[in-house]
Amino acid sequence: MKAKSLRSHTLFVLVGLLLVFGAPSLLSDFRLSLLAKYLCFAILAIGVDLSWGYGGMLALGQGVFFGLGGYCMGMYLKLKSAGPGQLPDFMTWSGVDKLPALWKPFRYAWFALPMAVLLPAFVAWMLGSLIFRQRVRGAYFAILTQALAVAFVTLLVGQQGLTGGTNGLTNVRDLLGLNLRDSGDRHVLYLIVVGVLGVVFIIARQLVRSRYGRLLVAVRDGEDRVRFLGYDPAKVKTSAFAISAGMAGLAGALFVPVVGIISPALLGVVPSIEMVIWVAVGGRATIYGAALGAVVVNWAKTNLSERYPSGWLYFQGALFVIVMMFAPRGLAGIRSTVSGTVAHLRARFDWRDRSSGAGSSTDVIDRAEAVA
Amino acid sequence: MSSYFSQFFTGISLGAVLLLIAMGLTFTFGQMNVINMAHGELIMAGAYTVFMLQGPLGETGSLLIALPVAFVTAGAIGLVLEVVLIRRLYGRPLDTLLVTWGISLMLQQLARDLFGAPNVQVNAPDWLRGGVEVFGTVVAKSRLFTIALAIACLAMIWFFLNRLAQGRRMRAVMQNRPLAACAGIPTDQVDRLTFFIGSGLAGVAGVALTLLGSIGPTLGTNYIVDAFLVVVVGGLGHLRGAVIAALALGLMNSFVEYWTSGSIAKVVVFVGIVAFLQVRPQGIVVLRTRGLT
Repeated sequence: MKAKSLRSHTLFVLVGLLLVFGAPSLLSDFRLSLLAKYLCFAILAIGVDLSWGYGGMLALGQGVFFGLGGYCMGMYLKLKSAGPGQLPDFMTWSGVDKLPALWKPFRYAWFALPMAVLLPAFVAWMLGSLIFRQRVRGAYFAILTQALAVAFVTLLVGQQGLTGGTNGLTNVRDLLGLNLRDSGDRHVLYLIVVGVLGVVFIIARQLVRSRYGRLLVAVRDGEDRVRFLGYDPAKVKTSAFAISAGMAGLAGALFVPVVGIISPALLGVVPSIEMVIWVAVGGRATIYGAALGAVVVNWAKTNLSERYPSGWLYFQGALFVIVMMFAPRGLAGIRSTVSGTVAHLRARFDWRDRSSGAGSSTDVIDRAEAVA
Repeated sequence: MSSYFSQFFTGISLGAVLLLIAMGLTFTFGQMNVINMAHGELIMAGAYTVFMLQGPLGETGSLLIALPVAFVTAGAIGLVLEVVLIRRLYGRPLDTLLVTWGISLMLQQLARDLFGAPNVQVNAPDWLRGGVEVFGTVVAKSRLFTIALAIACLAMIWFFLNRLAQGRRMRAVMQNRPLAACAGIPTDQVDRLTFFIGSGLAGVAGVALTLLGSIGPTLGTNYIVDAFLVVVVGGLGHLRGAVIAALALGLMNSFVEYWTSGSIAKVVVFVGIVAFLQVRPQGIVVLRTRGLT
């Protein structure tokens, strides 16, 4: 046990060093900012993993929380680049001549930055406490979160003067003294993203190792049993959902300065469900798997969709099918999946050894899902 | 007054479309606990069937011929999905949801490659163009046809479920699968039939949608979320719940959009549904059971 934890600490430090020192010297500015984008997604994926991988709550509206965080940051940045007393450019275009009341507090960094995390967490907490208390769960919860994503995006697109409509918020220049167009300052921004990812990673890891983390897994595997033991599953689920939304908001807030845009197209039903597949590819119920999955899938997306625009959608569709059917543990569990399949095949073809059973690695997850 | 009536009518016809889509969903969800995200693409398949038939058959008759053809086409696609993928995932509803989403992405791209990305227009036959006057308001004939189609399908499904042996078996499996299996009902066969009928109804819904607007590869995604909400609100596996929920959702969408701006309507409807679930978390019609989950 001790050796294993030492090994994982060493790995954590090595990956950290590679991200802090290795990547900036190896990659071009363009690739480095792409990596920063993937790392933002990794923060979000860790949140998705907490609610889905550990808590068994499939949230298909994570884009909403990502968007809330992103828009909080975007509003602050827009007001900053417009200058004091001026309106953001898109408002002038859509004929708004006075700053809307909603925007006013976002002039201040001390308000906008915490709100980017607190607002999504609060919305998720409200929704979770209303839904989970009524024991609405599983697929019903997934459908409701998807409907939330639809409603959110429709609202954003419709309120052109307030949110920038389909175009979203673009054209942001500086963040707390960093010039977002200067390559040295973008390097600093990249390091900030790496730092935040490291902190989120450690928080999530401590969380799932704590008593609370065990309770969360217990709720996933047998909600009613947990209730019979005297716990309130609704509270456990609501808090996990809120934490995961807060992480999504944080990711959104970092995404805006890194990529320079936040728009409804990044937050709808389709992007939200993609976020789930990152975690599935990386390996649910492992923190590093979720982060890895987000980076790998997005890296593949950038490279494949550049070369084969229509092929990417087939590939992505196939990814959903293959991962869920054949490797539900994702990359993190690829070794046991392969060895399990080998054992399964061996048991099937070895007529002397029928009784030992086909212990496929997916059995654990199957059982867990069957109970849920 | 007359504008209210026309909103009412728009709502009812939207509800009729939602009902056609949701009937299939409520059965597959209720009986097999399967969330079929590719259901929307079966709608699309039905719609493109009309588009394909329109060329060789002409506008006048193609719509009526398309109805059974679309039913069988969409049903066959659904059946293939069930046999190849979904039956391997029983007991893992959330995984099924993601797998079928992957299928839906692939089918959408396939439609884009086959028919092109831009939307295509299906011309309504002459006998469905224009409107008729009902209570002083002009009502589009195509909307009347949609409503009539939904009623006809509803009647047929009701007859099937309540009067035919196959339908009784289906209800039995829906209510208690192990007990039905003990009584000698071949549950996998019933599952396949349910999937075929549910998917076929999506195809019929697709035919109806060609009358309401142009069709494209993402036609299904626009309706699928609302149709799932009908299932959530209506309760599982009951026609009555689905009918009430579909009409309520259709009317609510239409009237809230009329009173407020279109963009806020979805939010209002969403809040309404969450509020409704506070009162009846299991939907309008609840299947009484002593089981826990």
